[in-house]
Amino acid sequence: MKFLENIVHKMEPKFAKGAKLEKWHPVFESFTTLAFTPAEVTKKGAHIRDGVDLKRTMMTVIIAMIPCLLFGIYNTGHWEMVAATGNRDLVFWADQGMKIMMGLKVVLPLIIVSYGVGLTIEFIFGIINGHSLHEGFLVSGMLIPLVMPADVPLWMVGVATAFAVIIGKEIFGGTGMNIVNVALTARAFLFFAYPTSMSGDKVWMAGQESTVDGFTGSTALGDLASFMSDKPVFENLEAYTNHYSLFDSVLGIIPGSIGETSVIAILLGALILIGTGVGSLRIMASFFAGGYIMGMLLNLVGGNDFLDLPAHFHLVIGGFAFGAVFMATDPVTASQTAMGKIIYGLFGGMIAILIRVLNPAYPEGVMLAILFMNVMAPIIDHYVVQSNVKRRLKRLKTV
Amino acid sequence: MSKTVKLRKGLDIRLIGGANKIKSELVLPKTVSIKPTDFHGMTPKMVVKEGETVKAGSTIFYDKYNEVVKCASPVSGKIEAIVRGEKRRILEIVISCDSEIQYESNGAMDLSSMSNEAVKEALLASGLWLCIKQRPLDIVANPNNEAKAIFVSAFDSSPLAPDFDYVLHGKNEEFQKGLDALAKLTSGKVHLTLNGKVPANSTFTEAKGVEINKISGKHPAGNVGTQIHHIDPVNKGEFVWTVNAQDVALIGRYFSSGKYDVRKTIAVTGSEIKNPHYVEVISGSNVSAVLEGQITSDNVRVISGNVLTGDKIAQDGHLGFYHNQITVIPEGNQLKFVLTKGWMGPGFDKFSNSRLFPTFLSSKKQFRLDTNTNGEERAFVVTGELEKVFPFDILPMHLVKAAITDDIDGMENLGIYEVAPEDFALCEYVCTTKINIQDKIRKGLDLIGEECM
Repeated sequence: MKFLENIVHKMEPKFAKGAKLEKWHPVFESFTTLAFTPAEVTKKGAHIRDGVDLKRTMMTVIIAMIPCLLFGIYNTGHWEMVAATGNRDLVFWADQGMKIMMGLKVVLPLIIVSYGVGLTIEFIFGIINGHSLHEGFLVSGMLIPLVMPADVPLWMVGVATAFAVIIGKEIFGGTGMNIVNVALTARAFLFFAYPTSMSGDKVWMAGQESTVDGFTGSTALGDLASFMSDKPVFENLEAYTNHYSLFDSVLGIIPGSIGETSVIAILLGALILIGTGVGSLRIMASFFAGGYIMGMLLNLVGGNDFLDLPAHFHLVIGGFAFGAVFMATDPVTASQTAMGKIIYGLFGGMIAILIRVLNPAYPEGVMLAILFMNVMAPIIDHYVVQSNVKRRLKRLKTV
Repeated sequence: MSKTVKLRKGLDIRLIGGANKIKSELVLPKTVSIKPTDFHGMTPKMVVKEGETVKAGSTIFYDKYNEVVKCASPVSGKIEAIVRGEKRRILEIVISCDSEIQYESNGAMDLSSMSNEAVKEALLASGLWLCIKQRPLDIVANPNNEAKAIFVSAFDSSPLAPDFDYVLHGKNEEFQKGLDALAKLTSGKVHLTLNGKVPANSTFTEAKGVEINKISGKHPAGNVGTQIHHIDPVNKGEFVWTVNAQDVALIGRYFSSGKYDVRKTIAVTGSEIKNPHYVEVISGSNVSAVLEGQITSDNVRVISGNVLTGDKIAQDGHLGFYHNQITVIPEGNQLKFVLTKGWMGPGFDKFSNSRLFPTFLSSKKQFRLDTNTNGEERAFVVTGELEKVFPFDILPMHLVKAAITDDIDGMENLGIYEVAPEDFALCEYVCTTKINIQDKIRKGLDLIGEECM
C-alpha cells in the first residue's frame, strides 16, 4: 500500500492551509481517513489509546444490518411477484432467482439515493464548518432505505433524507449532537408529509397494482389495525393467523417496510450488536419487555380482536423488533445512563404498542414511540443524575 | 475500622516490557532538573541564579503565593540553566551534579519528641512538603488547611508500574518513620491501602499507627483516588492528603538522617527497552545514563511516568518529581492502511476495552502499543464505555461534559471534589471519541480552584 500512501503524501500539500484547494481539505481528509488511519499521535494525557474508533463502531452497526438488508431484498421481490401472480406459495428460487433481481431493482436505488443525498449534504456542511465527514450518516444512510415501503418514489426518499440530515442533525451541530434519530426523522417526515405514499394498502409492494381479484396489499399490521375500524380485513383473529402465521412473521414473509419484516434477520443483527457491545442490551431487552407488558395489559382490557391479539404477536409484527434493535439503541438519542436506558426502553416499548393498538390512524406506533422517547431521554437522564447527586449528598450528612 | 474493598470495574492494560526484578546500582547523573510544572498551579519564585552553586537540600525556589512551601535541590552542584517558556514561565531548572554529593544537614531528628507543628515546619523547610498532595484539586497540599485523613497506596496498578513490594523491600524502618511523621500532620487517620490480590511485603503489613485497608480489582484499584472514594470520600470543604509510598520512605529517611537524600528506585519499562529492570536514581535525574544502550529502535517516545499519566520527555530529558518509572514505547506517527492495521483491519495487534477486536478473547496476551490515537477526535457518541472503567459512584461522562462546558454547579454536584485527572486516565484511554479527558478535568479543577476554593 506504499503506492496509495505516496499519493496521499503527494496530494497533502495541495489541500494544506493557504494552498489552492484549502477549502476542499475536509473532503480530502474524509477520503484519506477512509483509506488510512491517520498518523496522528497523542499529545496530551494518556500516551496510548484504545484501538476502537467511531469508524469501526459504525461499521459494526452496518454489518449488523446486512442480514436485514439481504432478507429485505428477497422479501421485496417476493411480494412484487406475489402481487403480480396472486400466488403466495412461490418457492425461493422461483423463476431463476427473479425475486432477488426484482428486490435488487427496488432496494439498490433506494440505498443509492439515501447515501447520495445524505453524504452530499454532509460534505457541504463539512466544507462550511471545516471538518471531515463524521461517521454517523454511514449508519443513518443504510437505515433510511430499510424503513421505507417498497413502492415509495425515489424523489421522496431524497427529500426526506435531506430534511432529516439538515433539520434533524446538522442544525444541532452534526453527529453526536442530534436530539432525534435521523433515520426515523426521515420516515416521520414522509409519514406526515406524504401519508398516501407511506401507509395504506398501495405502497408495500413494488411494481404495478395487483390485478388479482380480492388481493389486498396491506401489511399484516394494517390488517390487524382494521379490527379497530368498522370494516376489518379479516373476520376474526383466527382468519388472520391462518393468513399470516406466527412463523411467517418471525421468518419475515409478510409485507412491510423493506428491512423490518424478518425477526430472525433482526435478531442476527442484535446478536452482532450485543456480542460486540456496540448496541445496548439494556435498551433492547427493556424495549421488548415494555412491548410485551403493554400487550398483556391490552389483552386484559380486551373487547375486540386486535386487543385480544396475544402479546408475543406484537413483538414480531410491524417495525417493533427493528425499532428495538436498530433505532431505540442509537446512543446519541437514547438515554445515556445505565438506569436511564432501562426506563427509556421500557416506556418506548409500552408506548409503541399503545399507539399501535389504540390509534388506528398510526398503526406504526414504534416510530412515533421512539421519536417521543428520544425527546424524553434527557429528562430521564436528568432524574437519574439527580438521584446520583442526592445519594452522594446524603453521604455528607451521615458522616 | 479497616476496610476491604472489591472493585468490579476497571481495566488492566497488558503491555510488553514489565520490569524484571533486577536492580542496578545508583547511577549518578550528569545533571538533574526540577520542573516547576510538576507542581500544578504553583508560581515559583527563584532563590538562586544561574551559575550559583548549591548543596543537596538548598532551597531553589518557593511558592510565590505560599512562601513556606519550598523546593530543594536534590544534588549538590552548579545551577546550569533556568529554562523559560512563553511569558518567561519557568519550565525547568537544570543543575549539574557534583561527583560526590554534599548535603545540607541538620542532624537526625527525634520524631516522637517533636510537636505536630515542628514536624510540619521541618517538612516545609526541607522541601519534602512537595511530596504531599491534596484532594480536591490534585495540587501540592496547602499547609494552612486541615487534612481529615492522609492516604498512602501500597501498590501501583497502572500499566508496567513498579512493584512497591520489591522497591521498598527492607526499608521497613524508613517507611515506618515516614508514616509516623505523616500521622503528626492530621487529626484523622493515616490510611495505608494494600493490594487485596497478592500478599504484601512486611514493609506494609507490619506498618504501625496506620489503618491498613485492602482493595482488590483491576486498575485503577491502586490509584489513591479510587481508595479515598471507597474508604473515606472527600466532600465539599474537606481535604484529604495523599503521599506516594516511595515518598513516605524519603520523608522517613529525612527524619533519621537530617539530609535531603532523595534516592529512589524506578522501573525502566516498555516494549522498546532491551532489559526492563529497576534502577536506583536521584529524583529528577537525567535519564540518558539510565537509557544508554537500552532503547531498541529509533522512533520511540520516552515517558517519565506510566503510559496513562506520564509526561513525554526527550531521550536526554529528566525524570519528573512524582514519577517512579520510565516507559519507552514506539511512536505511532505512520499512516495505517485501512485493511491491514487501520480501522477495518483484523486487529490482532490492537488492545481494546470494547469487543470490536478479536483480541478480547485472550486474557493473557501482552501488547506492543504505540502512541497513535487510532482515530480522529469526534463528539461523544458511544455511551456507557467510560462507566466500565470508572469504579466511582460518579457519572464520568456527565462530569466530563460539565467540565467541558465550565458548568461549576454541575461539576460540584457530580463529584469534581473527589477526582484528579489521573482517575480519568482510563476513561481517556477507552474513549472512542479520542477526547483528551484528563486535560478537560484538569481545566475543570482549575476553574473550581479559582471560583470555589
